[in-house]
Amino acid sequence: MSNSSAQARTNPLNTIAMHGALITYTLIALFPVFVILINSFKTRKKIFREPLALPDADSFSLIGYQTVLKQGDFFLYFQNSFIVTVASLFFVLLFGAMAAFALSEYRFKGNTIMGLYLALGIMIPIRIGTVAILELMVQTGLVNTLWALILVYTAQGLPLAVFILSEFMRQVSDDLKNAGRIDGLSEYTIFFKLVLPLVRPAMATVAVFNMIPIWNDLWFPLILAPSEEVKTLTLGSQVFIGQFVTDWNAVLSALSMAILPVLVLYVIFSRQLIRGITSGAVK
Amino acid sequence: MTALTLTKVNKSFGSVHVLKDIDIEVEEGEFVVFVGPSGCGKSTLLRVIAGLEDASSGEIRIGDDQVNLTPPSKRGIAMVFQSYALYPHLNVRKNMTLALKQEKQSKEVIDARVEEASRMLDLGDYLDRFPSELSGGQRQRVAIGRAIVRQPKLFLFDEPLSNLDAALRMNTRIEIAALHRQLAASMIYVTHDQTEAMTLADKIVVLRDGRVEQIGSPMELYNNPANQFVAGFLGSPAMNFLPADLLAEGDMRTLGVRPEDLQLDDMGAFDAKVGHVEHLGGDTNVIANIGPHQVTARLFGQHDVSEGDEVKLGFAADKAYYFDKDGARLG
Repeated sequence: MSNSSAQARTNPLNTIAMHGALITYTLIALFPVFVILINSFKTRKKIFREPLALPDADSFSLIGYQTVLKQGDFFLYFQNSFIVTVASLFFVLLFGAMAAFALSEYRFKGNTIMGLYLALGIMIPIRIGTVAILELMVQTGLVNTLWALILVYTAQGLPLAVFILSEFMRQVSDDLKNAGRIDGLSEYTIFFKLVLPLVRPAMATVAVFNMIPIWNDLWFPLILAPSEEVKTLTLGSQVFIGQFVTDWNAVLSALSMAILPVLVLYVIFSRQLIRGITSGAVK
Repeated sequence: MTALTLTKVNKSFGSVHVLKDIDIEVEEGEFVVFVGPSGCGKSTLLRVIAGLEDASSGEIRIGDDQVNLTPPSKRGIAMVFQSYALYPHLNVRKNMTLALKQEKQSKEVIDARVEEASRMLDLGDYLDRFPSELSGGQRQRVAIGRAIVRQPKLFLFDEPLSNLDAALRMNTRIEIAALHRQLAASMIYVTHDQTEAMTLADKIVVLRDGRVEQIGSPMELYNNPANQFVAGFLGSPAMNFLPADLLAEGDMRTLGVRPEDLQLDDMGAFDAKVGHVEHLGGDTNVIANIGPHQVTARLFGQHDVSEGDEVKLGFAADKAYYFDKDGARLG
């Protein structure tokens, strides 16, 4: 694979152009993150005077981080965000994959209609239903719990997950599943042991697509779970942004720290994305 | 004792009627080949026998048991797939033992069976490898090994050779034949390749459009085809069909002559112009045109015939087959 692709672009001009384009894009994409990071280590004055300067001995300051950590609840917010993101991803992947398997594997009446119905959610933003969702959560007593967020994000992520995963599952060889049936594997074992490993790259794609909007969301935490003990990181950081005064040191520090976990999760998933183990399963 | 009995088996997908009143019996230890053009329902039939599809009506018995409602793993069958269908995340040994573990066989039994199967198929060196590390031929052998360790009442092969290249296909064909002798097990083998059918089968079932056209031993079917379809399907090159009108004015029948029965003959009945010659060394295939009809004559040995030659072709009267306009064989 690597061999043939290396041969395919022997033209050095092509290589340079391609790398040039990719590097330029990377720089543009990383620039705001870079600015946030460097400014989070500077004094307030220096942030405004020289926003693009690197922190030096004169301007270096950890005041932002101290404020954030002193706020005390930062770790709680962090933990809330983490629980909500991981749990939502887990449910999106689990239920999405199961629904996709059923849609792609079993013939039943209304299969296509069901698939279209499930995919409809891709086109309709879940925020349109905010009022109804809030009423529902109030009635079920889930307001100000992490479950409220997890359920909403799971619902939000499922349509795309089902859509992508069912396409991929259709490509998994029927022979393989049938071999499993003849060997006496249950449908659940076939699903978990044979099919899921083969669609792992698709699962990683779905996970990455869902993870970042969930982690960054402000809307639903603000409406469904605004109380102190269930605040997420994004919502928690809002205390530093006032109508008249904004503590930029704290905001930038909080954001810097918020990037880390997403970065770690992304690295984990993207490695899965690249690694395909399908080779050798079928010809 | 019969290993498999199908009685009036039908299968429909929605409004599409795929299998129509199939009646087949497979004797204990018999090697039966289902053969037919693609889309004739032979793979569907195999899937119905395996239990991967439910029959719409009719009865399926494996051994003495009616298995219409029995799940695949409880039917006492093992299946070898066209695409091998090895579990990619398990090594060869685990691929072979998975079904036995599901059956909760003891470790001694499992080890003994894997040992025996790997000896039979020469898999000893590969037991710890993963499918992705094996060649096509080796994967096919593992797939067969996975079937053998189960010691099934009935082996099902679904076009197992069609992913292999020509040389390997022939070797594997011989191996499968040897395996059948060794195991003396009942086997059902699906293929669209008439050579595989002729060389492997004790009994051939010719299918077309979801119907059984004829059942019999390879030579029975070759020498005594029930209709024009069977006559044309078995044998390579295929039987020549000509309107009998060419010999006797007003004869509405279709004449069938096998290529090896069509000879260069100065007294022959047909004037033909040679269109193409295939010199195979041992044989010479002469493709000639009799008026608008193309025929093939297979001559034994080497012959000095070239394109454009005018030749006379003849055949012995007892080698001719006649069919009516619907394709049914006439006495």
